[in-house]
Amino acid sequence: MTHPGKKKQHADEQAQYQRLVAVHVPKPPLVRNLVAAFVVGGLISVLGQAVLNAFMSTGMALDEASAPTLATMILISAVLTGLSIYHHVGEFAGAGAAVPITGFANTIVAAAMDFKREGFVLGMGAKMFIIAGPVIVYGIVAGVLVSAIRWWTGM
Amino acid sequence: MGEQRRIGSSLRFASRPAIVATGTVVGPMEAKGPLTQWFDTVVDDAMYGERTPEKAERRFMQDAIDIALGNASLQPENVHLMVGGDLLNQIVTSAFTAAKYPAPFLGLYGACSTCTEGLIVAAAMVDAGYADIAVSVTSSHYQSAERQFRYPIELNIQRKATSQYTVTGAGAMVVARGAGKVAVTEATIGRVLDLGIKDPNQMGPAMAPAAADTLFRHFADLGRTPEYYDLILTGDLGSVGSSILHELMRKRGVPLGDAHRDSGAWIFQGVPGTGVGGSGCACAAVTLGGYVFKQMMANELSRALVVATGALLSSLTWQQGESVPAVAHAVALEVQPQAAATS
Repeated sequence: MTHPGKKKQHADEQAQYQRLVAVHVPKPPLVRNLVAAFVVGGLISVLGQAVLNAFMSTGMALDEASAPTLATMILISAVLTGLSIYHHVGEFAGAGAAVPITGFANTIVAAAMDFKREGFVLGMGAKMFIIAGPVIVYGIVAGVLVSAIRWWTGM
Repeated sequence: MGEQRRIGSSLRFASRPAIVATGTVVGPMEAKGPLTQWFDTVVDDAMYGERTPEKAERRFMQDAIDIALGNASLQPENVHLMVGGDLLNQIVTSAFTAAKYPAPFLGLYGACSTCTEGLIVAAAMVDAGYADIAVSVTSSHYQSAERQFRYPIELNIQRKATSQYTVTGAGAMVVARGAGKVAVTEATIGRVLDLGIKDPNQMGPAMAPAAADTLFRHFADLGRTPEYYDLILTGDLGSVGSSILHELMRKRGVPLGDAHRDSGAWIFQGVPGTGVGGSGCACAAVTLGGYVFKQMMANELSRALVVATGALLSSLTWQQGESVPAVAHAVALEVQPQAAATS
C-alpha cells in the first residue's frame, strides 16, 4: 500500500515541478488581448446599434426594434460561422467576439455544424446546445436569483 | 542466443530488425512547415473529399500503409503483423483501416507516443521471429481530435499560450527481418509519470518529465551520452515542453545538447496559428518516417534516437479535474555499415 511518507514526497515533487513549469510557460499577452477584445467587442456593438437605428428609422419604437435587431445580429453571426469566418474573429478577439449575442449564436451554430455528422436527431438535435447550454441554464438561474432579491428588497 | 536482450530497463534487438520503408501522408497545414519536402504525399484537402474528419483520417492512414508497402515493393499479403493506433476513442481509425488488410492486427494506445510504441512492438516481434515483416502505423487528424478532445471546429475560442495544434496525417513503417539499412537497435519503454499538470492546454509540460525519465534511463542503461546520437528527436513536446525537457536533463547532469529536435516544435515552425507546435500520433510518425528515415537512407544521419511522447488523458478525466499522466518510449536507430556499403 502507499506509504504516507512516499505520498508526501510525491506531492512535494509535483509542487516543485509545477514551479519549474510556471517559469517556462509564456505569459498570455494580456494587454493585446484586452485591446483586441475591447475594439472588436465595441465594433460588434456599434454594428448592433446601426442595425437598431435602421429599424427605428422605419418608425419602430425602441421596444419594437430590439427583437429584430437581435435576430439580425444572430443571423449575421450564423452566416459568418457557416462560412468559417467567425472563429477567426474569436481567435483574434477572445471575449470580444464571445460575449456579444453573436458569440452566443456562434456556439450553437458551430456545435450544430460539428454534430450534424452524427445525424439530425442524436447528433445535431441533441448536441446543438453543448456549449450554449450552460449559458442558458446559469443565465436563467442568475435571472431568478436577481429577481428574487429585487422582490425581497422591494426595489 | 549469446547476446543480452535486456539491459537494465532497456531492450536490445539482437537480430537488428530494420525499417525497410516508410510512408508518410500529411494535410495542407503540415505542408507549410519546414519538413514538407520529406513527406511522401501532401493532401491539399484535409477532409480528403470525405463527409467526416474521422473518415478522412482513415484515408490518410490507409494511404500511408499503401505508400510504405509500395516503397518496400511488398503486397499486403506479405505482411505478417500489423500494429497501429490513433487518438480517437477505441482507436477506431486503426481498427477500421486494419479491416481492409489481411494481416493480423494488434491495436495500441499510447496517445502521441504510439508511433514508437508501435515500432517497439513491431521490432520485438520481428526480432523474436514471430513475424518476418511487420507494419507499424499511426495517424491523427486536427478536426477529429478537436472534436473529441476540445470544442467544435467553428467555435470562437482563443488559443492558450501553450496550446498545440494536432497534426493531420499518418505515418507507416515496414519493419523486416534481415539486412536492412536502418536498423532498430535498442528501445527503452516508458514509465507512466504524473507530475500533477491539470491543464489540458499544457501537454508539453505534462509530457516533458516522461521524456526526461525515458532518456535518462536509456543513456544510463546503455552507457551512452546524448553525443552518441546525431539526432535526438522527441515527439510532440512543443517549444515550451522542449525547454522544460532541456532543464530537466541539465538538472540530472545529462544536458541534451544541440542534437535535440522536437518534432512538434519543428513540423509547424513558422506556421501561424499553430501555438507552441504540433501534436498527435502523426506528429512523430511523419517526422520519423519522413525526415529521419530518409536522412538515414541518405547517410546524412547515422544514429538517431526517437522518443515519442504521449499525454494519457481523455476528455472525461480532465473534465473530472484529474491530472494528465504521460509516457514516452525511445527507439534507437542505426545505419548498418555493411548495408550502407552494398546499397
